Amino acid sequence: MSNYTHKKKVALLVTCLVDQALPDIGVSTVNVLRRAGYDVAFPSAQTCCGQPSYNSGFHDEAKKLARRTIDIFVDYEAVVLPSGSCTTMIRKEYPQLFKNDPKYYYLALRLAKKTFELGEFLNKEGKLPQAEATEPKTAVTYHDSCHMCRMLDLRDEPRQALTAHGYSIIEMETSDRCCGFGGVFSVRMPEISNAMTADKLHEARKTGMKTMVTSDPGCLIQMRGLLQEDDDLKIEHIATMLDKAG
Amino acid sequence: MIHTGCTVTQFRQEATQTIGNASLQKALRGATAHFVDGRQAAFDAFPDGEAIRDHLKEIRGATISNLAFYLEQFEQNAQAAGTIVHWARNAEEAAAIVTSIARENGVMLAAKSKSMATEEIKLNHALEAADVRVVETDLGEWIIQLAGESPYHIIGPAIHKTKEQIVDLFEEYRGRPLADTSIAALTAEARHILRQQFLEAGIGISGGNMGVAETGSLVLVTNEGNGRMVTTLPRIHVAVMGIEKIAPDWDAAAAWLSLLARSATGQPMSIYTTVVTGPRRPEDADGPEEVHIVLLDNGRASLADTSSRKADYAEILQCIRCGACLNVCPVYGESGGHAYNSPYSGPIGAVISPLLFGLEKYAALPHASTLCGACVDVCPARIDLPRMLLALRADEVEQGIPSPFEQFAERAGTAVMGNAHLFNLAGKMAGWGQKMFTKNGTFTPPINPTLDRNLPIRPQKSFRDLWNDLDTD
Repeated sequence: MSNYTHKKKVALLVTCLVDQALPDIGVSTVNVLRRAGYDVAFPSAQTCCGQPSYNSGFHDEAKKLARRTIDIFVDYEAVVLPSGSCTTMIRKEYPQLFKNDPKYYYLALRLAKKTFELGEFLNKEGKLPQAEATEPKTAVTYHDSCHMCRMLDLRDEPRQALTAHGYSIIEMETSDRCCGFGGVFSVRMPEISNAMTADKLHEARKTGMKTMVTSDPGCLIQMRGLLQEDDDLKIEHIATMLDKAG
Repeated sequence: MIHTGCTVTQFRQEATQTIGNASLQKALRGATAHFVDGRQAAFDAFPDGEAIRDHLKEIRGATISNLAFYLEQFEQNAQAAGTIVHWARNAEEAAAIVTSIARENGVMLAAKSKSMATEEIKLNHALEAADVRVVETDLGEWIIQLAGESPYHIIGPAIHKTKEQIVDLFEEYRGRPLADTSIAALTAEARHILRQQFLEAGIGISGGNMGVAETGSLVLVTNEGNGRMVTTLPRIHVAVMGIEKIAPDWDAAAAWLSLLARSATGQPMSIYTTVVTGPRRPEDADGPEEVHIVLLDNGRASLADTSSRKADYAEILQCIRCGACLNVCPVYGESGGHAYNSPYSGPIGAVISPLLFGLEKYAALPHASTLCGACVDVCPARIDLPRMLLALRADEVEQGIPSPFEQFAERAGTAVMGNAHLFNLAGKMAGWGQKMFTKNGTFTPPINPTLDRNLPIRPQKSFRDLWNDLDTD
């Protein structure tokens, strides 16, 4: 036999927010997946999963984007996203959206089964580094995004991914209370949205941690939006933290 | 107070006032946190709680899908026990039925126990228009009656009132300063005033937490005992109950009751659970001579009707009005109850107000949520409220309710997102545009400057621009 080795190929669905606003998170996601031994593909036709339209009730518009996304990704072995929210859209909402569509209902179910959020994927595949018995590198606090914890039931997975990479987690109170983003909600009702974010930041600060980690770019943008210049607290994406830990 | 509906602007304005009012925030946070902690402790001490929630969901689902059957059974058994059953198609009919019972009996004063259904039909207005004086006998409900307000919370109508505000209301009612303003003295004062009213009232009006079909019984839960007084002291008792509040039998009622107070206040049971099965019998020591039950439709039947377009929302009829969803809702926690401008606030209010009172009128409420799902975690009947909020938003689009600007933006945005090159170009252009409005690394958007938060700056290169450099190994 030659030295040929088959690397499992995963498609990166980078999400529109990460693509356009937070590309470093996308780069970190690629680094983390490659380090775990995956061949990463980036289907360049991808844009947005359609969640903003879906959540605003515009189902026809959402379906257009959802059909594209399904067509682009359905034949990959696995699809990984640096977002619990977009993972929820594909896994839980696409089958709802297409329940009366003979062709796309089936395709939506097929795609749903192989779509994973990054921390979840590493856990499921057993690709977390063996935690070394060294001192933890950094203590952080973790914000559970609503989609991660309540829609996907992923509470332990991101924490395990972080601790396997040498972080320790100091929990804040009500780590699963909404950060106030809610997609279009944050624009439609900004005063309420900001007040919720202020509560969240208050809870995070009470832990004394310098870093709050989250698995959702939406929450991250929302919470960073209310930080002061030179704030003691930083908000980071889980991919950034896993990449940094090497 | 008459509720006229709710626009996004109204909701935001009312919420902004609440957010800026420190004492109101404190009262709201304190009350909801108290309920949340109480509920948690109650379920921690109730190992079967989660299984009974599953059970209640099944029972309620089965009852709602056969609602006509159980309502008929309830009516027959209630009539057999001597209760007079009325059917009201809408709020006006229900209010007219109660008002005419009062007038025909020459009633001058009605004593009421707390009831959301009577808030829904604006019964107090109707009675007062007919010269029947109404006194609320639930302490919280009496406080907001004195203040001329509507309930702030389904189970805690006056949680937004501070003690000082209550002292002011009592002094105004008495027309003189109170000597002692301790909480015990205030409660004693209220008790003294309200006792008189029970004895003078010609009619007692209650809601109904539940109707039990197998015996035609009405079940009321209260903590102050006023429900028991209202249903026994006056000569006539009238209950107004939504048609969805039916339990097939006492077995179902037991499951329902085991979750109601635990979910609402964290009590294993309310202090008083009152069961009314018809008027007093000859051998009874007390009780009313006449018992009436007004079964209120007001939009509910169309939700239960599987042939109706609204049948997707039948699940909302499983609600037992415990208020647990309000306490955990982060939006309610900021906005408070009056922002909803409806008798029903919080997540349940955001779903049921548009369904019962009109989607166009309450178009803002399906958007008063981040869809975080905290409500589903605590709902005793596990109602999927976010699913229904999403469905209501889709109904709004179907009915053309969103603004022309939003409709245009959705279509234009989707067209751009339909093409990856166009999408990347739009991002690039947005980045150039942003530069004009960026100072010291902070971007302040020209449109909607009320966002009042920093937005991310679109970097020179998007991820897809970087990908070619990454895609080398």
